[in-house]
Amino acid sequence: MSNQQVETSFEDMTEKQKNKTIWGVITASSLGTLIEWYDFYLFGSLAVVLATKFFPSDNPTAAFLSTLATFAAGFVVRPFGALFFGRLGDIIGRKYTFLVTLLIMGFSTFLIGCIPGYETIGFLAPVLVLILRLLQGLALGGEYGGAATYVAEYAQPHRRGYWTSWIQTTATAGLFISLIIILLTKSSLSAEQFDSWGWRVPFWISILMVGVSYVIRKNMKESPLFAKAKKEGKTSTNPLKESFGNKYNFKFVLLALFGAAMGQGVIWYTGQFYSMSFLQKVMNVESTQVDYLMATALLMGTPFFVFFGWLSDKVGRKAIMMTGMLIAILAYRPIYDTMFKSVNLESKTVAANGITEKRTAKIHKDISTDSLVTFHKETLYTDGTLMKKDSIVHWSAVGPVMKDGKAEEPKVTKSVTLNDNTRWYLVFLVFIQVIFVTMVYGPIAAFLVEMFPVRIRYTSMSLPYHIGNGVFGGLLPAVATYLVTTGKDAGHATWYLEGLWYPIGVATVCLIIGLFYLKNKNNNIHD
Amino acid sequence: MDGLKKILGIVWILIALAVAYFGITIMGIPKLASGKQEDLVFGIIILFVLVPIVSGGMAIFGYYSLIGEYSDDKQ
Repeated sequence: MSNQQVETSFEDMTEKQKNKTIWGVITASSLGTLIEWYDFYLFGSLAVVLATKFFPSDNPTAAFLSTLATFAAGFVVRPFGALFFGRLGDIIGRKYTFLVTLLIMGFSTFLIGCIPGYETIGFLAPVLVLILRLLQGLALGGEYGGAATYVAEYAQPHRRGYWTSWIQTTATAGLFISLIIILLTKSSLSAEQFDSWGWRVPFWISILMVGVSYVIRKNMKESPLFAKAKKEGKTSTNPLKESFGNKYNFKFVLLALFGAAMGQGVIWYTGQFYSMSFLQKVMNVESTQVDYLMATALLMGTPFFVFFGWLSDKVGRKAIMMTGMLIAILAYRPIYDTMFKSVNLESKTVAANGITEKRTAKIHKDISTDSLVTFHKETLYTDGTLMKKDSIVHWSAVGPVMKDGKAEEPKVTKSVTLNDNTRWYLVFLVFIQVIFVTMVYGPIAAFLVEMFPVRIRYTSMSLPYHIGNGVFGGLLPAVATYLVTTGKDAGHATWYLEGLWYPIGVATVCLIIGLFYLKNKNNNIHD
Repeated sequence: MDGLKKILGIVWILIALAVAYFGITIMGIPKLASGKQEDLVFGIIILFVLVPIVSGGMAIFGYYSLIGEYSDDKQ
């Protein structure tokens, strides 16, 4: 069947038939996009394990920051992917472009799971990981704009917010599924097995999912609006020049970025990533509990993407996005302060006989005459909270190893296991943040699509989206970690809240721009 | 509203300059000069990606706003 026939028959369909067709389009588009997000977030979700496998691990913080940097590199290349694949999508079509991005993403993810560790192949390991991570970023940069545009160009204008909101659920669902698969893998293996090879399993699973999605997508037709534009010779021959070399279009690209996407990006990452990092790194909550907690909050929040997408068809996209931003700006510090204080051990009472201490030693793996002595302490509190603390000290044959004339600092790890009440309380607090995410993110695909005409839509909407999310949002963990560390070193009483100044500041500027410059209805709703 | 947008244009340009100053002198160059591998990567990203996009983009946005490109009759 030709594109012309597809387009004509789609326009002639009844509302019911159109809805049925769109459900097929959404299923095929969303599945692929969900898998791409899954692939992309695996890396972040397994950052701590990957740091020990692929980066020199003398200093765990350095290894972790290296992974964060790689994480950021993945995000930084996303805008380049948006340009490269956006251009292709506006010239040759949406369908073929996001088939290519799907395959690049799938193979890159699978191969990350196959690379031998740093201890086996040395420096080549982190280099290969970095290259594959960059490919993932490029693929994701091309994927999202294609899927959102594709669905939006099938949707009836008055229901575009609702239909595209299904695509918006995929980013959260991808993160949710990545957490679930990691949890399932962890629970099926011993801690040693997972650390040795089990962490690779979630990466390998990707190739199966990509295969299924590829087959489904391959059988889809081109979007009716693009097919029509192509038939009439109205597609662009140079979308990059038209998008960014033409002042009229470029000013809308800037407006989309500074008035919507950058605020949405930081709110998205605060709710879904910074909250996770805060629980693990600042509050020292046990990592499996954090995974369950996050997965529960994400699952509870995901339907709200569709709700706010639907609502944006009724009351306008701008109103919902700006309200979400405003509430988030006002609520972040109180929410994180409450989160932190909910696990404040100083305010809890130690249970009778609640302290257990143990000392173990093992031979240092690099220096056979030395040993690593672990002082393990468990403290049980009356409310059921359990604190585990390990202090690992390096001992030589003549006593503690000296460094700069002093005994070497012990490596201390803490892990807090929460009681049920606190866990559900934290689920609720993260859930509130996911609601902010759904308010700013649910309507944004439809909003961006309607900002630009069909001929340059893929390119023009992809770039601000990926700069907003990739650059502004993707760098949030690194910038926030820096701010928290600086605040702690400076002795600020609320050092744990310092990282929030980044999303609050960015979202505030975005809110002001959005309020004064954005229109509630964009120019290209009916094209 | 158009007048307000023009005034805000100056604010955006000033923010762009502040971001450039902060990004280069406080975060970018000290990171590059620290000699640590993890700081180097972070410094490069800040200096060569984040600052040009944020500061440059915001400055152009402010300029367009200042010359009335976002006035109601031009949107």
